[in-house]
Amino acid sequence: MADRQHGKLYPLPSQNMVLERDLGKMPVLECRRLGINFGGLAAVSEFDLGIGPTEITGLIGPNGAGKTTVFNLLTKVYEPTTGSILLNGKDTAKMSTIELNKAGIARTFQNIRLFKNMSVEDNVKVAMDHSIHCGLGTALFRLPRYWKEESDAHERAMDLLGIFGLQGMANAKAGSLPYGAQRRLEIVRALATNPSLLLLDEPAAGMNPAETSELMEVISHIRDEFQIAILLIEHDMNLVMGICDGIAVLNFGRIIAKGTPEDIQNNPAVIEAYLGRKKEAKS
Amino acid sequence: MNLSTLLAQIINGLQTGSIYALVALGYSMVYGIILLLNFAHGDIIMVGAYVVYYSITRFAFHPLLAVLLAVAASVALGVTVEKVAYTPLRSAPRLSLLITAIGVSFLLENGAQMIFGADTKSMDPIVPGSVAIGSVTISYAAIITIAVSVISMFILTRLVNSTKMGKAMRAVSEDMGAAQLMGISLNKTISFTFAVGSALAGIGSVLYLCAYPQASPTMGSMLGIKAFIAAVLGGIGSIPGAMLGGFIIGLLESLISAVHLSMWKDAVVFVVLIVVLLLKPTGILGHKVQEKV
Repeated sequence: MADRQHGKLYPLPSQNMVLERDLGKMPVLECRRLGINFGGLAAVSEFDLGIGPTEITGLIGPNGAGKTTVFNLLTKVYEPTTGSILLNGKDTAKMSTIELNKAGIARTFQNIRLFKNMSVEDNVKVAMDHSIHCGLGTALFRLPRYWKEESDAHERAMDLLGIFGLQGMANAKAGSLPYGAQRRLEIVRALATNPSLLLLDEPAAGMNPAETSELMEVISHIRDEFQIAILLIEHDMNLVMGICDGIAVLNFGRIIAKGTPEDIQNNPAVIEAYLGRKKEAKS
Repeated sequence: MNLSTLLAQIINGLQTGSIYALVALGYSMVYGIILLLNFAHGDIIMVGAYVVYYSITRFAFHPLLAVLLAVAASVALGVTVEKVAYTPLRSAPRLSLLITAIGVSFLLENGAQMIFGADTKSMDPIVPGSVAIGSVTISYAAIITIAVSVISMFILTRLVNSTKMGKAMRAVSEDMGAAQLMGISLNKTISFTFAVGSALAGIGSVLYLCAYPQASPTMGSMLGIKAFIAAVLGGIGSIPGAMLGGFIIGLLESLISAVHLSMWKDAVVFVVLIVVLLLKPTGILGHKVQEKV
């Protein structure tokens, strides 16, 4: 990954930065002065971020900086107090969580939230809702159309599971999978909803270095294969610096720096707020 | 007690047991999805029973048409109760929901008393006749009841395991928040669960009338409580558990009657509830429920 060339970032009219290869295309996500208060405490404020349609963006920052809160705002788990979110140019103010998912945002969770008592394959299929059309009667009486759709869904689920080599575990209960595999299955399940923006909340948490570097390959592969944008929260700096095109650094709910990995690594404010502190802790 | 009496009682037990099982399924499914003990569920059976009674005695409809009407009325009532009484309380504490369910139950019972009168309405047996196999006589009603229940349970199992809606139901019951974030509609899925549970109650009401051809405003409460105990015994939230619990309670009751202790049968069923709650609160097939954070 070290030989990877990071693209340059260019400013949009909205002051948000975008990748060279995404220039001239509509950003998949634009947050404008997004903010939320919890009883007077501004958990996130004046959050501006643009993400190009094929960009991998890292959202980093110390614990409690508000990173997961941003994800919860983007998926309408929380209603923003201020600002707006544009998804593919459309204002999402009136959309519910479900409508946002249908419009193209899918996510994973910091604490894994799979449907643990369902099989691995069913976890993927339940997220593929939009691709199964046959009605109840057809499914109950197992008419030919049911088998056709069932085999299509099975094939698609297997293809998606194949991204992480999880096909062999398709019939296992999701809750019985090893931790790393559960994290990977969450990504597959999110992909099954056919997103244009994939939000990954600490995808490498609890993974060993070998697993993490494999995960990096797969995240890049997902972006290339599905041509989607990815926003990820991560504490593993190798991963973030290795695969992200752009990085936003959050501290106390505010963005303190934005730019390419090189910009961020050399930014004194970031080093002070985040990387510097981490070095001290390590020594 | 000779063998043929025992066999007859077992068939009796299976007949009542399958009615309990159908009703218990409604309790269990609703509990599984929104953690609500829907105490109004038993009263939906009562309404279904009145629909059958009036369809057959007043309007002289064919019994099959009466069955369809009863199921349709139960589904309509179940979904209406869910929309009007439970949906607005979705984010309220669970206790509010439980108290509302008890309130709905009283409303239905007293409403029925106002509309239909407090007296018990008796009708002729819907399915008369019986067949003798060796020394055991089996009523057609028992055969139909057991067959219809088994078929309904088979269809339900398929519905939950292999349809899109069934998968959505299982997903919502495990993690409502994550399900929403995967694009699953809560409103649709929860209403559908109520509709299926109420349809089973509607079928149950017809089968109940086959066994005891009379309707009264409070008939649903005891039946509902027995079915609730069946659901708890089998493991509330578990579909096979509700079926198993229903059959166990039904068999238990008829075997107690067989040894001439029928006065004691309700007491024994309640003792079963207490014992289950003391020894294995999760029931026979229930999972340990993780508190959601």
